[in-house]
Amino acid sequence: MRIMITTTKPEFDSPVDPNFGRGAYFVVVETNSMEWQAYPNPAVGAPGGAGIQAAQFVSEHKAERVISGDFGPKAHQALMAAGVGMYLAGASASARQAVAHLEAGELERLGGSPRQGSKSGN
Amino acid sequence: MKQLVILSGKGGTGKTSLTAALAHLAHDGPCGVPLALVDADVDAPNLDLVLAPTRLEEHDFVGGDTARIDSDGCDACGLCLEVCRFEAIRQTGRHFEVDPMACEGCGACFHQCPAQAIRMQPRVVGRWFRSESRYGPLIHAALFPAGENSGKLVTLVRQQARCLALDRECPGILIDGPPGIGCPVISAATGADLALVVTEPTAAGMHDLERILGTTQHFAIPTWVVLNKADLVPEVSAQVMDTCQRKGIEIVGRIPFDEAVTQAMVRGEPVTAFDRQAPSSLAILQIWQRIVAGLFGGSIDTRVERLDRRERA
Amino acid sequence: MRIAVASGKGGTGKTTVATSLALCLAANGGSALSPAGPPLLLDCDVEAPNAHLFLRPSWEAVWPVGIPVPQIDPAGCTACGRCAEVCAFNALAILGSGVQVFPELCHGCGSCTLACPEGVITEVVRPIGVLRRGTAQQGIDFGHGELSIGEPMAVPVIRELKRQLNARPGQLVILDAPPGTSCPVVEAVRGSDFLLLVTEPTPFGLHDLRLAVEVGHALGLPMGAVINRDGIGDDSVIRFCENEGIPVLMRIPFERAIARDSALGRTLLETHPEYAPRFRELAGDILRQVEGAR
Repeated sequence: MRIMITTTKPEFDSPVDPNFGRGAYFVVVETNSMEWQAYPNPAVGAPGGAGIQAAQFVSEHKAERVISGDFGPKAHQALMAAGVGMYLAGASASARQAVAHLEAGELERLGGSPRQGSKSGN
Repeated sequence: MKQLVILSGKGGTGKTSLTAALAHLAHDGPCGVPLALVDADVDAPNLDLVLAPTRLEEHDFVGGDTARIDSDGCDACGLCLEVCRFEAIRQTGRHFEVDPMACEGCGACFHQCPAQAIRMQPRVVGRWFRSESRYGPLIHAALFPAGENSGKLVTLVRQQARCLALDRECPGILIDGPPGIGCPVISAATGADLALVVTEPTAAGMHDLERILGTTQHFAIPTWVVLNKADLVPEVSAQVMDTCQRKGIEIVGRIPFDEAVTQAMVRGEPVTAFDRQAPSSLAILQIWQRIVAGLFGGSIDTRVERLDRRERA
Repeated sequence: MRIAVASGKGGTGKTTVATSLALCLAANGGSALSPAGPPLLLDCDVEAPNAHLFLRPSWEAVWPVGIPVPQIDPAGCTACGRCAEVCAFNALAILGSGVQVFPELCHGCGSCTLACPEGVITEVVRPIGVLRRGTAQQGIDFGHGELSIGEPMAVPVIRELKRQLNARPGQLVILDAPPGTSCPVVEAVRGSDFLLLVTEPTPFGLHDLRLAVEVGHALGLPMGAVINRDGIGDDSVIRFCENEGIPVLMRIPFERAIARDSALGRTLLETHPEYAPRFRELAGDILRQVEGAR
């Protein structure tokens, strides 16, 4: 399964970036082989709608699940439309740990109800 | 980590003066809570004028893109002028030019130009800073006059403050918000744990109070009100209190009109540092104690704990 | 002639000065000061409009104002993604099998509509506020915009207010600008003949006045200052104006009585008629400066 995680550094052992839309990097990992690659998040400098642009990036990479610190309401809407499962990293110290927690069923999954009012992931 | 944002709706009610005083009390006062400070009023940033910060880092801020017409490539077809909805294309004879202040950065002209003579270029429209102030780390910014994308710059300074607070293990972030209810305010307020709305007993203040309360409610941000210059017009103060009671919003402080606030500002200090016994200082101390109790779990620091934290920071 | 009243800092007294100036011109309607009769006052602080509380216009019309946002016909859409590509604001995205529109992010530029190769995008106006038109005391024509709560963009409301509420031929227009120095203020002030800056003699007042002056310079406007609440701080604002060559056209001393009356929604001219000749002088000075600049 292909999973993407927002990270502060372009490494699998990097801390998880708490912000989905403007997280610094995305690490894409294939869970069967644990092969991974890191990409700079193209949405980082977006004047607005970073969450949407980031969601589009995730959708283009055909990830099935995405892990981040939190997801703003538009990012949530966009990822729901794209059919990508959203998970909160919680206390995971790194992207690698977050994936392990996800596989063990320990991460909180976001449901379909619209995220609360925030305009931006603050 | 808790985020407290100071808002008002109407400008000039005293947000920055209150923020500075709270920052001082959080740092030096009887109930110490190490805070990361943010001046989110990027259009007209004033917090640094009373916090005496030392600038440590300075960064350019790029807003959106701005269109630029290459006059060599342009064949004066005028399509850009037709297409632009923001009156940002100026024509003199066969010469077409973009007005950078009106340009929204949408790129419609760039995409439609048949000669491909238009380029979209990023523009530096402001700067943001990381500083160390008397009362803690301060993230602030300045949008250049007539700059755009203030919402994006506000979002940026808040994110920087979050990273900083996480690094320094600050239990809280204190945000001096902008006036109004639009994009910069929304960016300053969303995700905050508590909004403190500073209002004044005036007709205009009351009108704008309804709008800012409607806004914080729309974004589901818990809100308290502080009535500043409370003794200026008792009849209108009574109306403010009625309004808040009707809406179920708590007024956590009433600050009397006090010349010491301006005197302190002239000296470049928060009023609580300038004169601890000033009537406004005493009222602000009570407000701060409510915030500590309500937002930071109520533990009133002992001196020892506070010193320890200062050493670590 | 269009006079914009701005400040940089909030709460310095823009609305006090703008409404008093309007009343003064209305009282002198037909004279050299205001030959076409009472002026038009446009309250451009669409996030927190207050001028109507003082001038109490009887409203003649209220209508919604909005942004044209894309609507995609799913039947003809091939999900080619061109619209999302050209959108500078991420208001369109290809997600899953179709195009998702995020109307709150849309700036109404029309780029997607133009770019769609299948021509399946139409535009629908999404209301973000209202405009109101009315007549106030002394025949003052009044207009304001009000941004809906929760909407981020003030600029389109200000733009439409200025576009849709037009002055009679020769009628003087006073624009009460929002606080700040960024795009809402620029939108309000653009196209004016004079920028009247209302400030207060404090460090915050001075700091923000400097920024407002830079906006004035950027727009190439003649400027003048009114120092309100004079006496509460120090003289650095006055010295700044002197150094910059910005004429200080009026100084209104801080008086608790003035503050009280304003708090109760009464205009300065109503409660302190001794200011009437001073506002006439102010209007005269502005006219002279504008003529001089031409």
